[in-house]
Amino acid sequence: MPLVTYILRDGERREIDVPDGTSVMEAAIYNNLRGIDAECGGCLSCATCHVYIDESSTAQLPPPDESESELLDGVAAERRPESRLSCQLVANAAMNGLIVQIPQRQG
Amino acid sequence: MNRTLVIVGASYAGVQLAASAREYGFDGRIVLLGDEPDAPYQRPPLSKAYLSGAFSEARLPLRSQAFFDEERIEWMPSVRATYIDRARHEVELHDGTRIGYTHLALTTGARVRKLDCPGAKLDAVHYLRDLRDARRLAQAARSARHAVVIGGGYIGLEAAASLRQMGIDVTVVETEARVLARVASPWMSEFMQRAHELHGIAFRCGREVVTVQPERDAVSVVLDDDTHLPCELVVVGIGVVPNTEIAAECGLTVTGGIAVDECARTNDPAIVAAGDCASFVPHWAPADSRACRVESVQNANDMAKTAAATIAGRPEPYRAVPWFWSDQYDLKLQMAGINTGFTHHVVRGSVEEKKFSIFYFRDDALIAVDSINRPQEHMLARKLLAKGAKLTLNEAQDSAFDLKGATQ
Repeated sequence: MPLVTYILRDGERREIDVPDGTSVMEAAIYNNLRGIDAECGGCLSCATCHVYIDESSTAQLPPPDESESELLDGVAAERRPESRLSCQLVANAAMNGLIVQIPQRQG
Repeated sequence: MNRTLVIVGASYAGVQLAASAREYGFDGRIVLLGDEPDAPYQRPPLSKAYLSGAFSEARLPLRSQAFFDEERIEWMPSVRATYIDRARHEVELHDGTRIGYTHLALTTGARVRKLDCPGAKLDAVHYLRDLRDARRLAQAARSARHAVVIGGGYIGLEAAASLRQMGIDVTVVETEARVLARVASPWMSEFMQRAHELHGIAFRCGREVVTVQPERDAVSVVLDDDTHLPCELVVVGIGVVPNTEIAAECGLTVTGGIAVDECARTNDPAIVAAGDCASFVPHWAPADSRACRVESVQNANDMAKTAAATIAGRPEPYRAVPWFWSDQYDLKLQMAGINTGFTHHVVRGSVEEKKFSIFYFRDDALIAVDSINRPQEHMLARKLLAKGAKLTLNEAQDSAFDLKGATQ
């Protein structure tokens, strides 16, 4: 169960133990972290669970697949090289030390 | 004066309205009335991954208990609002208790249209709207070998795909000449029907169901050409009826749905409505268009945000671009805009490779884009439509043309 740090829109940091198999998006919803909308519930249709991987993050992440990469073109905030859709970041041991920033806008 | 927002319906729209009202600064009491026992949950998986067992019930809730606690939203399960006393600003519940409001939101959603023929009430006949329906259907599907789906709309086709992927033989019966007749263009209907046929689904289009006959251990769906379709399982997906009775009874204007203006206000300034139950003159249609309802997660969420902004005293007209999605087999269908009244269309990409978009124009204006396995084009289409970007037919169908550039 990796420890994931969320940096909220107002700069507050929240550390959440994300159970293996749960996505970073789902953990945000379960813990009522504002700023991740996830309108489609995680089926890669909406691009409203956008996060930036913080430069201090030490987690090992697989790169985005083609669908995620395509959807990232539709995020409301600026797309950057460190942009990811948090519904596609599913917790496992390699994700320990992940730090994600929630962007100012999702929709 | 203490302010209280009462929300009737713990639906997508109801939950989003509560969340957005808090986010936009509404600091009074918020009471969210739900008529189901379960915490507000996601509906789209019910006809897809939940049905096939790939999406567990634990993942269905829309929000956590932390949300209700921290945002001070009083969610009440298993309560039904029965009457709105507009003069006294009170909502009456099924047990006779009354809750006073300063602001009232109607997010009552819709209920399934019932099959109306002999045999319609047999145990083998299922619907798919709420979690209770889905649990019952998932249970029955485990032992079924043959299923008949009545209705070739999104729910019917998604249910058909899910059942087929569980190894069940499926026949889809549709009264119109083609599937998705009400919601998709003829080309998209043809593409989707063909995809289902390649997975082994049989179609009976242009046919009515006359009766559902009980047989030994099963039933037979009888069509108007006297075809008998024996099966153990019938799934009916023939549309929904908006829950507008409570609004009509208290004298609110109902025009197919609960009538609202562009800021989600009903004809009572204290009452807003949003989601499947609300009807409005769409901003995307020609000026003389009639009011319509939109049944989608997007419309529920975005109209709820509009209604919440109105309640918080900062009204903004509803201008969101409508979008929809449907996942069937390996096909990700995404639609942006509404193609009603289109005069031209072009295809971008490859239909054979199941990766394409259809761009619809009304005269020279882009009005909608349907995409199959083209998430990037869908997202760009939403941006193009929001911006009212100019695009020619040639540009739309030219894969080398930079759509992203056109959104800048």
